[in-house]
Amino acid sequence: MEKQISNFIRALRSADVRVSTGEALDAARTLAMIGYDDRSLMKDSLGCVLAKSESEKSVHDRLFDLYFSSAPTSASASGAASESDASSDEAPADAAERLSALTEAGNEQALASAVERAAEAAGLNDIRFSTQVAYFAQSMLRAMGGEALQARLLEALQGRTPDADAEAQRLIDVRRALTKATRERAERGFEIFGAAETERFRDDVAATKRLSAIEASDMARMKHLVAKVAKKLAVKHSRRRKRTQRGMLDVRRTMRANAGFDGVPFNVVWRQKKKDRPKILVICDVSGSVAAYVRFLLLLLFSMKEAIPDLSAFAFSYRLKCVDDILETYEFDAAIKKILREIGLGSTSYGQAFSDFKMDHENKIDRRTTIIILGDGRSNYGDPRLDLFRDFAGRAKRIIWLNPEGRALWGTGDSVIPCYEPFCAQMSHVATLKDLERAVDEVLTAYD
Amino acid sequence: MAKDKKTGYEPLTSIEAISAGLGTAGYISTTQISTAVFLAHGLRKPILIEGPAGVGKTDLAASLAKWMSLPLIRLQCYEGLDEGKALYEWKYGKQLLYTQILKEKLSELLGDAKTLAASLDKLSGFEDLFFSPQFLEARPLLTAMQQSKGSVLLIDEIDKSDEAFEAFLLEVLSDYQVSVPEIGTIRADVPPLVILTSNNVRELGDALKRRCLHLHIGFPDHAREQRIVRARVEGISDTLLNQLVRFVQSVREADIKKRPSIAETVDWARTLLLLHTSTLDEAFVRDTLNVLLKHESDIAAIAPAIPKMVREATGPDARGRLASGYPDVG
Repeated sequence: MEKQISNFIRALRSADVRVSTGEALDAARTLAMIGYDDRSLMKDSLGCVLAKSESEKSVHDRLFDLYFSSAPTSASASGAASESDASSDEAPADAAERLSALTEAGNEQALASAVERAAEAAGLNDIRFSTQVAYFAQSMLRAMGGEALQARLLEALQGRTPDADAEAQRLIDVRRALTKATRERAERGFEIFGAAETERFRDDVAATKRLSAIEASDMARMKHLVAKVAKKLAVKHSRRRKRTQRGMLDVRRTMRANAGFDGVPFNVVWRQKKKDRPKILVICDVSGSVAAYVRFLLLLLFSMKEAIPDLSAFAFSYRLKCVDDILETYEFDAAIKKILREIGLGSTSYGQAFSDFKMDHENKIDRRTTIIILGDGRSNYGDPRLDLFRDFAGRAKRIIWLNPEGRALWGTGDSVIPCYEPFCAQMSHVATLKDLERAVDEVLTAYD
Repeated sequence: MAKDKKTGYEPLTSIEAISAGLGTAGYISTTQISTAVFLAHGLRKPILIEGPAGVGKTDLAASLAKWMSLPLIRLQCYEGLDEGKALYEWKYGKQLLYTQILKEKLSELLGDAKTLAASLDKLSGFEDLFFSPQFLEARPLLTAMQQSKGSVLLIDEIDKSDEAFEAFLLEVLSDYQVSVPEIGTIRADVPPLVILTSNNVRELGDALKRRCLHLHIGFPDHAREQRIVRARVEGISDTLLNQLVRFVQSVREADIKKRPSIAETVDWARTLLLLHTSTLDEAFVRDTLNVLLKHESDIAAIAPAIPKMVREATGPDARGRLASGYPDVG
């Protein structure tokens, strides 16, 4: 049973539930306390000990049902074990006979434990991908003595008597039943040990895929991923906003705190430095080529409201407009559609956008503002209005420019990126969700 | 049965006993909750309870204490809570006062010492006087360690405290001991039953989670909520109780900001009882909805659906029983 528990813990770990060694020991102690008889009690107790959040608990409950539905009771497992020792050196014909006996009606328990042993022998716990199911089913069948069965079947097929035909038919049925049993077991093994791994692999692929190439079918996965990234960043950056500078005495507050002790400084108060709260302005180019990226940047930033209390977004292609209202009123997908429809028309002009910004929103820039600009810097040969841009750069904390175009293309054709570059604290190429994550992390780190 | 001196909470011997015991204190438990308490006692680990506000997280600790007649020691967490407020503090004022009063006594005692070194020697013999348990102001954590018969220690809303405090708790929670540099280590004879609650304002650290058993208390199902309301509100009729709980359960399924929890159901039941309501009707619901829902926008969101919800709550349920208790004529 210990082995079963440690395997179960392995399954949990592969599904991203972090179980420490200490918790594994607790699980063993728990089972020693409550015994193995009551399944639902076991489930409740292990859920208490091993899963440490609501989502982990639901993963645990699902895996528990999958895992322990297959585990044979300990009594029959030990019985089966002794049986398997005996079977190791029996003649092939006996092995085939034994297998066919297993598939007869009323022998389900024996079949189940034989399949279980075969799963062990074939190393089913190492299954990772759904494509491996057939392979593992095959090796399980082999471990059960499938080859002997196959040999008997061939023999029977070569005989031409009616008896031999009947025997062949019987053996074919046996083989079919065994194949079905092993395949089902292999599929369940994949569910327990491999499904989470596959999910993670797909997530990794999606996170490193070019954002403009994300297909509609992957949208749900991307949303989930963005939410995960947002949570990670929010946890990382929503630390305390004060930092004690040790060694610098705050004389005024120390005197105040110790007034009750006649000015004798029992409690010493150190000076604290307040950290700025992040304030972020996003200016997005929503012309065709950049639109796919705008969607993910805004999704990411707006999922982090708790870490970025002061956030506003502007969109432009020819004229610039504040889109906070739209994002707050409509559900996210609808909001993006509306923004693209309302603003995404006309030929892109960075100069016009910056002068609009100067006219209507200049007062929103102060020394703790980070301006994030998302765009390819292709301004249709218009005036880039560098004078305004220099002015913004001087007043803001910093300007970060995210460019979906590869570095090799900067400055080619109507791209005016190189003119803006000297005023930006950072100008980087973003193509994937990972890049976006890094960029936003960078922005927030500046406030820590 | 010999009482185990180290973990001696006699009533906590089986899960059924815990459920029944909590019942006598007016707490309607579930198997999950009782199992968690049972394991917490057996493994000597704290329970970390998460769940929406008002589902009885804090109440579990109070009921446990009440049932076992143990002192309930409560530590409410908030941002900026530090060791001085949670563990112990020296009574500076008292120390200062005593030195002033004893000044003459001291100089008398030191009178016969000729040299500075001699008086220092003498003085060092007394210094422990002012750093003795007499001048120690015990705060909740230390108090809990000092209880000779054990106690229930409730650390409420741990997510509101700072990360530094969370780290500081680790020692207390894993070894059930606290160290006071001037006196030494104070170890609990009988470790307290520790219950931590969290509303998930922020993610708790892994180290803390790993030291605790995790219990999530969600909204109760229909049967349990009925039992809870019945236990809390005296003299409520079966009909009203059934209708009320069904209505609340359907409100919870709606898309609203703050879903009503058990505390709100109980308040609402008391309100309806005060108004001598015998069955739910639309007008009453409309008038008293503000007891159940705490946001203007939630009330506005639910208002149009009230007639339908009331109809459903008072109509026959899935098993064909009538909530009104009378056969359906229409």
